[in-house]
Amino acid sequence: MLLPGNINLRLATAVWRRNFTVYRHTWLLNILPNFFEPVLFLLGMGVGLGFYVGRGMGGDYLAFIAPGLMASAAMNGASFEASWNMYIKMNFSRLYDAFLATPARMQDIAFGELMWATTRALIYGGGFLIVLIGFNVAGRPIITSWGVLIVVPVLALIGATFALMGQWYTTVINTIDLYSYYWTLFLTPMFLFSGIFFPVDDIPHGRLIAWFTPLFHGVELTRALCAGPLAWVHLGNLAYMLAVCALLMWRVPIRMSRKMVK
Amino acid sequence: MPDLAVIAKGLRKKFGDFVAVDGIDFEIARGECFGFLGPNGAGKTTTMRMIYRASPVSGGELTVLGEDAASGKKDHAIKRVVGVVPQENNLDTELSVRENLEIICRFYDLNRAQSRKRADELLDFVNLGERANDKVDTLSGGMKRRVLVARGLCGDPQLLVLDEPTTGLDPQARHNLWDRLHALKRKSATLILTTHYMDEAEQLCDRLVIMDKGKIVAAGKPRELIAKEVTPHVVEVWHNEPLPESSKELFALAKRVEQLSDRAMLYVDNAEEAVAAAARLLPNHETRVRRATLEDVFLKITGRKLAE
Repeated sequence: MLLPGNINLRLATAVWRRNFTVYRHTWLLNILPNFFEPVLFLLGMGVGLGFYVGRGMGGDYLAFIAPGLMASAAMNGASFEASWNMYIKMNFSRLYDAFLATPARMQDIAFGELMWATTRALIYGGGFLIVLIGFNVAGRPIITSWGVLIVVPVLALIGATFALMGQWYTTVINTIDLYSYYWTLFLTPMFLFSGIFFPVDDIPHGRLIAWFTPLFHGVELTRALCAGPLAWVHLGNLAYMLAVCALLMWRVPIRMSRKMVK
Repeated sequence: MPDLAVIAKGLRKKFGDFVAVDGIDFEIARGECFGFLGPNGAGKTTTMRMIYRASPVSGGELTVLGEDAASGKKDHAIKRVVGVVPQENNLDTELSVRENLEIICRFYDLNRAQSRKRADELLDFVNLGERANDKVDTLSGGMKRRVLVARGLCGDPQLLVLDEPTTGLDPQARHNLWDRLHALKRKSATLILTTHYMDEAEQLCDRLVIMDKGKIVAAGKPRELIAKEVTPHVVEVWHNEPLPESSKELFALAKRVEQLSDRAMLYVDNAEEAVAAAARLLPNHETRVRRATLEDVFLKITGRKLAE
């Protein structure tokens, strides 16, 4: 089956399957941190810090930050795969050379990696979601809207967006050391200023600046789906992320082919 | 089906200003084992990469198994029927030996059960059935190379490209691998290989070309090339100090003389005559006679200077 951009889905799935096979060997080891992290964040920041902050904002701080943290978990899951892991397969283990010797072309490989990075985002974000449901069951309601039923596709969209951005960065750099810039100057600021921990309106021009960052749109969507209320503006958030994905889907496979096929 | 597996006419490859392959012509018949020899940087690997469609063609014509390979439009069809054994070990260290093969089989439209079956058949073929569940890192160099050969066969290729298949292997591992390649030849697979080992080329190749600086500088069957480029015999006269004046008379018997630091190599048609002359003229020097090899051809054509 051919997708737009001449991508062969069967070959992309073979790439996905390789990653899945590796993951399956160590899934128990890999999956546990996906539960530790949300529990630690929610207890430390939501319950601990929230004890002081909650009084000021007049609401449950834990419930305020939880959906955004879930969005950032999806971001991190996808980013790990599309950065270091991809760079290693591209340049050190030369795994892509092995794939390129089969009928697969670089665009098929890039799409397979995108599918896998999105899967990782779902595992990270899904772990978070399960913990949140656990809080609900335990009598600490964080999820208060039926919108949560469609939060999983949104986590996948966040994953795909950050997978594509990571892949784009991977095609730009020539040494693996440069990922620390991607992390500290791009992902970390986004984590801090995309409205996860405080409303973006609380800092000057905060909303305007946040509007340009993809994570902000993810946070807006996950929060609205978990706690409501949903409004027309959320279609704008959705459209923004879809547009970023479409733009990168158009450019990344081409750049990646140029880098690998010489 | 055409009789020729690969046809190249004026094939060129440029990387920026650097010309890696400079307008070469060759034809490879189906079912033959064809060798590319040459010093490092001669353009062998680049030529291989163009054949198996990992690298775009800069100029000239290239046809692989009846499909045009120069335009890049038929890459999918070509890659489907060409197998590759790369120079560099790029096996997947995070997977077992069998999984390495199963995963690659999935790229050739085989389902899970078919991939499993093909992987086990191929592991038997390269005598590694017992190591199927081991991680790749636990294998020896020769075993890894055999897994690479098996991986190259996952798609049941009509043409197998091997880039320096035995470099770095010990003699047992080399002979074991040659044995597997002979087995493939008997199944009338077309093999293309590059190598630095002249004995390997003589052993395996029906025909070969020698490349130097991006050009083909000699082509033919191994025995024919030896007959054409050098004499059947080589007499080596070993010395510690410069040879005396009387050696001139001996050298006159040779078609060509090569002087190295510790010996003189005489390329002669008649070995008995030369040995007798050496015993008479240089009685105190050690003399050895040997058959001329492809290595003599190679060194004559590409010179003794280091390529890099």
